[in-house]
Formats: sequence, C-alpha cells, structure tokens
Amino acid sequence: MSEIPGDLKFLSSHEWARLEDDGTVTVGISDHAQDLLGDIVFIELPEVGKEVEAEGDAAIVESVKAASDVYTPISGEIIEVNSALEEQPETVNGSPYDDGWFFKVKPINVDEMSDLLSPEEYSEVCED
Amino acid sequence: MKKTFLYEDHLSHDAKMIDFSGWSMPINYGSQIDEHHQVRNDVGIFDVSHMSIFKISGQNAESYLRYIFSNDVKKISSKNKALYGLLLNENAGIIDDLIVYCLEGDFMIVSNCATKEKNEAWYQKHASEFDVSVEYIDNRGILAVQGPNSIKVIEKIFGVEASSLNTNECVKVDGVMIAKTGYTGEEGFEVICENKYLRKIWNSTIETGAKPIGLAARDTLRLEAGFCLYGSDMDESVNPHACGLSWTVDLHDEDREFIGKQAFLNINEKNEQKMIGILLKDKGILRPGYEIAHKDGKGTVLSGTFSPTLKKSIGLARVDQTVEQSGLVKIRNKELEIEFVSPRFLKKI
Repeated sequence: MSEIPGDLKFLSSHEWARLEDDGTVTVGISDHAQDLLGDIVFIELPEVGKEVEAEGDAAIVESVKAASDVYTPISGEIIEVNSALEEQPETVNGSPYDDGWFFKVKPINVDEMSDLLSPEEYSEVCED
Repeated sequence: MKKTFLYEDHLSHDAKMIDFSGWSMPINYGSQIDEHHQVRNDVGIFDVSHMSIFKISGQNAESYLRYIFSNDVKKISSKNKALYGLLLNENAGIIDDLIVYCLEGDFMIVSNCATKEKNEAWYQKHASEFDVSVEYIDNRGILAVQGPNSIKVIEKIFGVEASSLNTNECVKVDGVMIAKTGYTGEEGFEVICENKYLRKIWNSTIETGAKPIGLAARDTLRLEAGFCLYGSDMDESVNPHACGLSWTVDLHDEDREFIGKQAFLNINEKNEQKMIGILLKDKGILRPGYEIAHKDGKGTVLSGTFSPTLKKSIGLARVDQTVEQSGLVKIRNKELEIEFVSPRFLKKI
C-alpha cells in the first residue's frame, strides 16, 4: 500500500480530508478503501451548493463488486466536485490522494478537522 | 477454512483471497477488469477446485442419473461428453445446476461448492433405489483454461489436437480429463485431474501465456454470457421456466421418469415469470434486489454488474410476462430506464 500523505485527516469509514491554503477542504477516499473496493466503475457526486453535515453521506462510489456511501468528514457547503471522475472513475484506483479527489467543502467550522484521525491513527484502524 | 491444492500458488501471484462458501479462494490478482479482458482477448486460467466432484459407479449408474437429472444422460452415455442440466425436487424447484461427464464409460458430476452437503444427501437418498455408489472425490482439482488462445495452450501442454474437440466433448490424456466446457462464454477447456498433477499444469499454462483469473472476473464473464449462477439467479423456489432453463429438461423419451417431471409438466409457462437480460441505459450499476417495473407488471434484478466488454451495466432479472422491451429500475431514489434483451449479451460461442 502506498504511503499516506502527512497532511491528511481521516474518518474511520475511509474518507480523507485535506485543509487547503484557501481554507477549503478537499475530500476523497483512502488508498485502503479503493483497494478494498477493487475496480471502481461509477461515482455519483453531490451537487455544487449542497449543504453537508460531518459524517453524513455525500457521494456514492461503486466498484464492480459493490456500492458504498462516501461520507463527508466536515460540515459545510459543496463548492466544487471532481466531475472528471464521472467519465473516468478508475482514476480513484490509481490516484486516491491526488487526481482521485471527490469534492471540496467550504467548512462551517474548520475546527472539526481536529476531530478526525491522523494518518497514524487511521493506519491502526485499517490494521484492525 | 478449506484451501485448494494451489492455495500457495495463488498467494505467490498476489491473489486477494476471500471466503467463498467456506473455501479460501482468489477473488482477483490485481484488477478484475484486466483479468476479464485477458480471458475475452487472450487466455486465462482459473482454479475452480472448490467445485464438488462426485463419482457415480455401479451397473445402474445411467438409469440412476436419468432419474435424478433433468437432462437425459442417455445422450452422452458411451460417448466422451458433458451434459449440463438441473437437479430438480418433486415440485420442479431447482436443487442445483451441474454438469454430468461421461468419460470412457464412467460417470462424474461436477456441481457447486455451496450445495455440496445438500446434494450429497439427495444423491445418497436415491442411490439405494438403484444400487449405485456415489462418492465425493476430494483428491482431484479442476482448472479452467478459457479464452480465444486456450486451444494453443492446451495443445502445447497436452500434445492433443484440442481444436478437434467440439463443445461438451472430452478426452482423457495420461490420466487427465480435458473437456471443452466452461463458464465464460469463450472458447475454453476444463481440466480435471488428481491434485498431484495440478501444479505442473498450472505452471506450464502460465508459462505458455495464460494469466491467473479470480472469481470476480469469472462472475462478470459468466454474466456477459448469460449463464445463471445458483443461489443468485435460481434456487429451490423457482422452476426451470422462470430461469430460462426449460431447455435442460429433456422430455423426448416419454417413458423416462425423473424427479420433478410431473410438476414440470403441470406448469403453465404463461403464468410464470420469465428470465431476461437487462441493460442500463444511463450510468450506474444494477445490483441484485433492485425493483423493476414495466407496463404489464414488475420484477427483480437477480444478478447485476458492470460489463467490462460493453462498458455499461448489465443484469439478469425475473419479470412478469410481457412483450415490452423496456422498463424502469429503481436505483436508490431514482427510476432509470432499462432495455430488456436476451441474456446472451455476448454471443460468441
């Protein structure tokens, strides 16, 4: 498994969040999650402008094997989605932490980031 | 958990192993989509040694099989051939689907692994009436070599003229049975032999260009070919008509009695639901259990997946009788259009 970038925070349900310099938060799913899912073939992204609540469902990812909800690690408004994934969902398998991001949130309360798991804590979750 | 003889070989090919009805089996060796294309375009090898093998022996083996099996084994006895069909109960419900092989006069059954105990009890229950013995064989394994280049691989390894074998024909070479059968819709072979030969065949097949293929690709391959999967597309609550499998119930010999015959004859097909193939027009993935609606009634998705060949979602469904060629499927909170098609999504062989 590839190394987890140090600036990411996680939900135990395998979503990552990264606080960007402009104060927005980018969200995706972990390398471990894409590996568990196998070949990803369909992604349903939220609508831009939608209000989401931390740990609420925000997107859907489907591999050949199964459909899974994707939860947002942080509350706020969806300000951008990675619409390239609609045509090339397999990007998530190849680049879960970069090109395979799902959506960006304008957070209501950025302090929610401190409730999330560090890369080390998340790695422990994956090992259990 | 039970392991096949080649368990370590799967691990050395980076297999991801899963619990498949109590067997540790390779689900994929990386990308199941790449494996799918490998079989469609070239050649792949599957370890399917979890499947149950039963040997039927005794003078009345043929009469016994003609009684417990929906298809008429008389068509293959004294030939080296395989015959697909069903094990029916008295109500014509499907206990299992299986292949009976007749090779050099000996009968063998290959059936699903999840149904092993249930089938064995059923076989034994009726064996005494015919004075035959039914034996579960655990010292043999099954390898499936499937894909357009499978002929080359089989010819190179076994030195037989594989191209001269027709579908469902089989041959014995140095104690190894090679049958022109499969579950992928591609040209291909299934090889059954004692465990001690398996590793050599596995390795030489791979050296000849085949790649190991997991159960996940096996499922997308069989679904594109429109083959039913026991437990998903059929079970004891449905009869052969509702699975598109009435062709496996051979009624030509009127004198042949077999279990489920009377119940099957009493069924009015028009009152039964029918099995169809479904194609999702929009993006999304069909999954088992999704509800279907059409002008004349409703239905349910039985198997659904992403078809790597067609690059859209396909499925098998059971629906109320209709001449309609489209309908709606409910996926989460949306109703999406589906096309009703033949289950043979790919008509290759």
